[in-house]
Amino acid sequence: MLAESLALSAALFTVGVVGVLTRRNAIIIFMCVELMLNAVNLSFVALSTLYGASGQVFVIFVMTVAAAEAAVGLAIIIAIFRHRQSVNLEDVNLLKG
Amino acid sequence: MGNEFFPLFYGFHFYLFGLIALVSSILFVTRKSPVAAALWLINVMFCLAVLYILLDAQFIGAIQVLLYAGAIMVVFLFVVMLLNLGHPSELSDIRGKGGRLAAGFVGLALLAEIMVLARAEFPAKLTLPAAVTTEAAQGTAGIIGPIAAPLFREYLLAFELTSILLLTAIVGAVVIGKKREAGDAG
Repeated sequence: MLAESLALSAALFTVGVVGVLTRRNAIIIFMCVELMLNAVNLSFVALSTLYGASGQVFVIFVMTVAAAEAAVGLAIIIAIFRHRQSVNLEDVNLLKG
Repeated sequence: MGNEFFPLFYGFHFYLFGLIALVSSILFVTRKSPVAAALWLINVMFCLAVLYILLDAQFIGAIQVLLYAGAIMVVFLFVVMLLNLGHPSELSDIRGKGGRLAAGFVGLALLAEIMVLARAEFPAKLTLPAAVTTEAAQGTAGIIGPIAAPLFREYLLAFELTSILLLTAIVGAVVIGKKREAGDAG
């Protein structure tokens, strides 16, 4: 099952990357990042069946970082929405040349 | 859940939930409404929890349901509700033809690269501290023991740093999300 898990993980990661590149809604882009983190977690768990439980420990770390990232990121999205009344990333172009 | 006892049952459910996860993820990326996208993503996470359990990581499967589907995605849905974004906007947020073409190209290249990497031979043994296979470890220490032992021994420093990270994230989220009063300096 190891090869199948890694292939599924790669496919889910790619779907997440394509989502980040094709969407403009900031919340959906954040959810795509979560999907990529989940794909990496699947790799960790699949490889932990071969190399021991350290992989599962790292899954716990990844989940913690994902929770922190979601909290801060959504706070930033709310702050942007207050200023611009939009979460469309095309409207947030202050740094665009 | 040893796959040597029920190979057909095990394989069938592995492929079934893997397929559901993949289809749900594609539906998630293509939905216009943020609420529908979030619900499809929750479906992906439930399928991944099933896969974790089939891969002998029962604790991670439970945490996946509780933490990802139960906590993180609820926060996402809460923000969608708070900002009143539940309806798909008149202006579709999917990028134009050039952007989609470029994204498809990048995605294909990435997929090919990762698939080639996944075909590589795995080294038989990794020199991690006290590397034992999960199944062997579970025989003596239960399900959570093999995860807890390295977490509180080899990775204790990382564990403590994680708590600092969480504290920083909480403070940061409150400060960023706070509404500024008129005349509030800074």
